[in-house]
Amino acid sequence: MRAALFVTCVNDALYPRTGIAVVRLLERLGVDVDFPAAQSCCGQPQYNTGYRYETEPLLRRTARAFDGYPYVVTPSGSCAAMIREHYPRIGRKAAEEGRGGELAAAAASLAPRVYELTEFLVDVLGVTDVGAYFPHTVTYHPSCHGLRALGLGDRPRRLLAAVKGLDLVELPGAEECCGFGGTFAVKNLDVSTAMGADKIAAAAGTGARVLCGADNSCLAHLDGLLRRADSPMRTLHLAEILAATEEEPLP
Amino acid sequence: MTGTHLGMPAFPAVAPAFPAAAREAVRDEVLRANLRHATHTIRDKRRRAVAELADWDRLRAAGKAVKDHTLRHLDRYLLQLDAAVTAAGGTVHWAADADEANRIVTDLVRATGEREVVKVKSMATQEIGLNEALEEAGIAAYETDLAELIVQLGHDRPSHILVPAIHRNRAEIRDIFRAEMGGWGRPAPEPLGDDPRELAEAARLHLREKFLRAKVAVSGANFMVAETGTMVVFESEGNGRMCLTLPETLISVVGIEKVVPTFRDLEIFLQTLPRSSTAERMNPYTTMWTGTTDGDGPSAFHLVLLDNGRTDTLADPTGRQALRCIRCSACLNVCPVYERAGGHAYGSVYPGPIGAILSPQLRGTGSAIDASLPYASTLCGACYEVCPVAIDIPEVLVHLRERVAQGGPVTRGGVRVTLRPADGRTAERAAMRAARLLLDRPGALRAAERLLARARRLAPRTLPGAGRGWTDSRELPTVAAESFRDWWARERSDPR
Ligand code: SF4
Repeated sequence: MRAALFVTCVNDALYPRTGIAVVRLLERLGVDVDFPAAQSCCGQPQYNTGYRYETEPLLRRTARAFDGYPYVVTPSGSCAAMIREHYPRIGRKAAEEGRGGELAAAAASLAPRVYELTEFLVDVLGVTDVGAYFPHTVTYHPSCHGLRALGLGDRPRRLLAAVKGLDLVELPGAEECCGFGGTFAVKNLDVSTAMGADKIAAAAGTGARVLCGADNSCLAHLDGLLRRADSPMRTLHLAEILAATEEEPLP
Repeated sequence: MTGTHLGMPAFPAVAPAFPAAAREAVRDEVLRANLRHATHTIRDKRRRAVAELADWDRLRAAGKAVKDHTLRHLDRYLLQLDAAVTAAGGTVHWAADADEANRIVTDLVRATGEREVVKVKSMATQEIGLNEALEEAGIAAYETDLAELIVQLGHDRPSHILVPAIHRNRAEIRDIFRAEMGGWGRPAPEPLGDDPRELAEAARLHLREKFLRAKVAVSGANFMVAETGTMVVFESEGNGRMCLTLPETLISVVGIEKVVPTFRDLEIFLQTLPRSSTAERMNPYTTMWTGTTDGDGPSAFHLVLLDNGRTDTLADPTGRQALRCIRCSACLNVCPVYERAGGHAYGSVYPGPIGAILSPQLRGTGSAIDASLPYASTLCGACYEVCPVAIDIPEVLVHLRERVAQGGPVTRGGVRVTLRPADGRTAERAAMRAARLLLDRPGALRAAERLLARARRLAPRTLPGAGRGWTDSRELPTVAAESFRDWWARERSDPR
């Protein structure tokens, strides 16, 4: 099976180890992974801040970069939601504004082929036990776009529960937003920080060593708060835990 | 009666932008504890009440459909309503804006010769600042809902649609009652503890005097039925029933979006509204009246239909869904931003997620607070999930962000105009554009990533400009020595 990796701009520059983990994990499961170099950013920061017109060239670029791939896999719930939920909207609005159907067609072609990593694993590959090994206590924060826009449900937790050696503990108030919210984190610093502080306090209360998530943007916010507080807890993307095996532990 | 300050203090004319207003609230530990406790209690109860209904999703879809249909044919249903109310003995007034509505109500009260009115909790009359307008005309307006009474006695502002005094705890309420009740009417009994039952009894005694004396009542309505001209008020305390039945004259101020076509349509909302708002299967009091009835209830009924920005909102295909709102406040109770920022930070009688999409539409995006409200959300989607009429609040928020950041078409006062981007966004716009230009050129992006990687050891602990918003409370992520792009090129494809 052939799949294209949409690594996302945040992972490309700041968390390449997450992208590498996805490649290792999918290859281990027999997937032929490709990385179309023409990809960059889905345009979510622009779109969510109110700059829809600045998003359009990135929509066009992203659609072109992944043209022809039956599966496009991304380790980010919010970027997957951006493409699946908002690209069609952007296309529709452009058409309504009398600028033709080109963006709508590009969006319609790409959207149904995009899978968030856990969807691809559970729904397409049909696996929950990916043969991973991670002997630590872990708690999982489901990021909002994965949870509510994509409806990932318990897929991430099922994948984690099947990891050998891993002790999964429930995060109280797991479904509450961590306070990142893209530019919200900067524009509404105080509320964002208060939300993040409550989230890391809840995580610390579980006794877990690792706070796992499936969206590195949210984790960057939580990790920034944890490090500022000199907390021993670390954040990790789900893909990195799933990529770890007894032979090849997490670097 | 010696009280002089009778109106509810209005929201300041120039409210600070949301982030600044929220900063105060976030630092107020008592307020945060009150809000956290209250919102979490009611959100858990709501979840249980909704889970009891196997057909919740269908009720939600039906509520949305009824509202959408009505809004699409609003002109027709309003005329039908007008005719039905008139035929049933009521008088209908049309108010284009707050001033007109206030003038109509003031004149109606004056015509009765009365100097005081009792009020049933109503968002529409708060929206137009009716209490202040009446006060200016020398007419005292007494709020009779317990929480509104607390807010009014405390010279305070409401901070929640359903529980306007949610920001107050029991001890604060006792202190307000003891200090203020005497100035407004029957004083609080002495001694007064902070047991909820004792507080409720004090309010009951204080209010009873007002109910029995009042000749004029002012209310809103949750629904108006076009086919019959019936008004519907949902409430929990029985104060509404008193106000709606005892006085001689009843004046209801209702937003034009509150109409539903038929009596049968109420069936949906009778199920979804109580469960969404107070987490009850059914609210204790549902009062319905149709015009006037000889020898039963008020002998004069006036309906003031309020526009105040609603027709303009209706003109916007994305934004108009906000008019489906039935003011249940479920979105406030689940909102993590509301929970920390409190209701006052939203600078409007409509706080929380619904306020963030309603105020900038009803009032326009011209002021600092209204331009900042669409950004007062992480777009987490919890509000959309609970909304009983399925308003996609995140979608409208992003749509209004566009209006602020890019400008675009908007209807004001019935006239279609093109807005320019809001002031003070030059730097942000330039940054967004620069980022997009870079991201649209992977070659340049790769070079930039390499530059960043080389300079990563120099990364400062605090960033200048807008970036300070990140580093004020958090460490920066470390830039990787090698981007994913470069790793892939090195490991998986031919070196370039
Ligand atoms: S927007 Fe929806 S959830 Fe919020 S108050 Fe209105 S009806 Fe209730």
